[in-house]
Amino acid sequence: MGPMDSGIRDVRAERLASGAYADVFSDLHPPLSRHEAFVESDRCYFCYDAPCMNACPTGIDIPLFIREIAADNPTGSAKTILSENILGGMCARVCPTETLCEQACVREAAEGKPVKIGLLQRYATDHLMANGQHPFDRAEPTGKSVAIVGAGPAGLSAAHRLAMRGHDVTIFEARPKAGGLNEYGIAAYKSVADFAQKELDFVLDIGGITIHNDKALGRDISLDALKTGFDAVFLGMGLPGVNELGLDGEDAAGCIDAVDFISVLRQSDDLSQIAVGRDVVVIGGGMTAIDVAVQTKLLGAENVIIAYRRGPEHMNASDFEQELALKNGVIIRHWLQPRALTRNDRGEVCGITLDYTNMADGRLSPSGESITLASDQVFKAIGQTPAEAVLTGAGIALSRGRVSVDDEGRTSVPGIWAGGDCVAGGQDLTVAAVQDGKIAAESIHRTLMQQPEKVSGFVEAVMTTSADGTPLPEHRTIHTIQVVG
Amino acid sequence: MADLSSNFLGIKSPNPFWLASAPPTDKAYNVERAFKAGWGGVVWKTLGEQGPPVVNVNGPRYGAIHGPDRRLLGFNNIELITDRPLEVNLREMTEVKKKWPDRALIASIMVPCDEEAWKAILPLVEATGSDGIELNFGCPHGMSERGMGAAVGQVPEYIEMVVRWCKQYTRMPVITKLTPNITDIRKPARAAKSGGTDAVSLINTINSIVSVDLDNFAPNPTIDGRGSHGGYCGPAVKPIALNMVAEIARDPETRGLPISGIGGITTWRDAAEFIALGCGNVQVCTAAMTYGFKVVQEMISGLSDWMDSRGFRSIEDFQGLAVPNVTDWQYLNLNYITKAQIDQDLCIKCGRCHIVCEDTSHQAITSTVDGARQFEVIDEECVGCNLCVSVCPVENCISMVPMISGVDPRTKMPIQPDYANWTTHPNNPMAKLAAE
Repeated sequence: MGPMDSGIRDVRAERLASGAYADVFSDLHPPLSRHEAFVESDRCYFCYDAPCMNACPTGIDIPLFIREIAADNPTGSAKTILSENILGGMCARVCPTETLCEQACVREAAEGKPVKIGLLQRYATDHLMANGQHPFDRAEPTGKSVAIVGAGPAGLSAAHRLAMRGHDVTIFEARPKAGGLNEYGIAAYKSVADFAQKELDFVLDIGGITIHNDKALGRDISLDALKTGFDAVFLGMGLPGVNELGLDGEDAAGCIDAVDFISVLRQSDDLSQIAVGRDVVVIGGGMTAIDVAVQTKLLGAENVIIAYRRGPEHMNASDFEQELALKNGVIIRHWLQPRALTRNDRGEVCGITLDYTNMADGRLSPSGESITLASDQVFKAIGQTPAEAVLTGAGIALSRGRVSVDDEGRTSVPGIWAGGDCVAGGQDLTVAAVQDGKIAAESIHRTLMQQPEKVSGFVEAVMTTSADGTPLPEHRTIHTIQVVG
Repeated sequence: MADLSSNFLGIKSPNPFWLASAPPTDKAYNVERAFKAGWGGVVWKTLGEQGPPVVNVNGPRYGAIHGPDRRLLGFNNIELITDRPLEVNLREMTEVKKKWPDRALIASIMVPCDEEAWKAILPLVEATGSDGIELNFGCPHGMSERGMGAAVGQVPEYIEMVVRWCKQYTRMPVITKLTPNITDIRKPARAAKSGGTDAVSLINTINSIVSVDLDNFAPNPTIDGRGSHGGYCGPAVKPIALNMVAEIARDPETRGLPISGIGGITTWRDAAEFIALGCGNVQVCTAAMTYGFKVVQEMISGLSDWMDSRGFRSIEDFQGLAVPNVTDWQYLNLNYITKAQIDQDLCIKCGRCHIVCEDTSHQAITSTVDGARQFEVIDEECVGCNLCVSVCPVENCISMVPMISGVDPRTKMPIQPDYANWTTHPNNPMAKLAAE
């Protein structure tokens, strides 16, 4: 007798033996040893105008940092990485390298085995961070102050770059802790040992950055106040809401926002206390769907099914992530979209009915067939939504609900910049948010200092013409405008 | 199937692979293990005169150059000759030779440059039943400070003198082992021949400091804070050894002098190259000291299979085949023109050919074609230098293709089908003089 027949839901904590949690949630990609790093770094061909480097949204000089590892200078290697991407440590863990640098690696073309760029980046950044020395110095104080909304990857990246340029930075973060998705949204096995907070401390070590937690825009602070109180404002508040399924009973027990679940899991001191169902259905096809599916499976759920309304080639989750889910025993089913939740006599979700779909003339529509799956928990992972109201209220132009920005991250309102997931046209990646923050910070810096000249180290990221007016090669600007997939 | 048996100076061994005089051949225990593994012969580690033996350092004796996966690329040592009493070595040599009559056993010898010293030791060695002797004129460290080893090998007159003594006082074949730490290898080879040597063996190790310890600012290997130069060997020295072997093989004065090839031989292919340059057999040390004696099995099977594939039945069938093709630069064909050609299907677009050509050579390889990343040779600029082939990580992706007719796009000159070298080139002032 299944749960739907009885209406009895099997949702409980402690599905695993108490000692098993640490093992199943251990590091997804264990770090390279020194010797492994030497061997792996030797595989890099030090390509000319390296494709990997051009595929990196932050434009890290990958061949150089790998060569520095090979030459036993991991500190120098980390500086090379961090000078372009101050969150290089987290990006080494969470970047979908298989669709970015490692996909572009010539050894992927040659033999299907790219250089393990992500793991090498982690080797270098771990080495530097373990030494506890912050590698960058602040410029002379400028006397200017910048407010940043959101202490996620975009906000922290902007804050660090602005602090480095000598400005004073104040960050307002809606949550109790800084870090954004790095702290609340990354699957636990991708960021073990409280890495997000360690990296936060590392970023703040440059000085000149103050963070106020539990301060949400529109609730505790207003954009007007920020505009008045600071010389510039950067918005990097991400996507605070989630999309609804639009089904009856969506607020019932057992129908869960995947982003919330992941954040609870990340903040938990004792994973054994997180209750999961025996039968779990995840609705969605992106990274969040994979993260919640794999983690419920790891927590001991017996049957975990991801239901996605289109085919595998349409999923936002990378091939690697899809494989990760399959390897962990998650079943991915395609061409299914939710129609109705089944609830028991206590009103709790105990199943879900899905319509089969097909694509005709570019339109997705139900085929007429449907299937009902037992489900103690249904997770919603069909995308996140921006904080539209607070932005339109301030007169900021949006595009499909997200902030419209130019190449430098400027919004339609003078003095306000934006970056990361909250802006339109982004990639919804940590690494892209870091780049947005970096670009906006340099733009803010130029504006505040009223210096039209470009700043060393940032030149390649924004210039489209060289000093003498000749166009630069395409690759030198591509990462500012690149849209993957 | 190929016959690998070797007859070097009348010394027979089942294959041409001998272990060189070094730590692997210092004791009966090691030598017997080597014979069991299949080695054709050994040159027993160098014997010194009767009396208290030499002493070695008790700190590190070896230093190494490693690749990133700790593959040993080059190796150096500061060991001296055997530090065991002469009579112990002689007794063990006698026993081993009796037990393994089909294997070659050569005694390496180094005693002071004094006729009486050589006269005294040779009969003792002869009594062991050894098949021959090798004169150690090569050891570059320690013993050379005492007037032996390389100190003798660097003075052709001394070489000739000692070889003459040896030929006078023993019936055993004499192999003279040469040091590479000289300017012209032909001089000591000629001296050895004048002295009546039956063969030369080369190279011994090369003077070297393998690395400097940047914590202590001392050379490696470091013995209590200080280091000394040592003898460099292993795969890194093979090109130097091949050249020296070739110089002796093609020198009119030493042509035909039997050569035992030594220097970085690690696989069958290395051995085949030495033999192709005229060697009658080869000696190996570093490969055995890196992997153990079993490596000889690969050398035997590899050489045998390669010989089968080429139809060579014996070592003599291909011995020296490369010697006539080693010539002086001035005789190279200046009308021979090649251009690099990149196989676009094999190219993985790493761009290394472009950047090395662009930065360091002839600006003859594109980085983009019609705006796309593509690497193509510009025949108008290509001098055929082979740098791109050398740095390309993909085998056979770039090849040097000879141009046999037409016009060289670089020089705009017609390609001449006939051979012409520098000696007759119009730009050669000496050629002009000769013409006048």
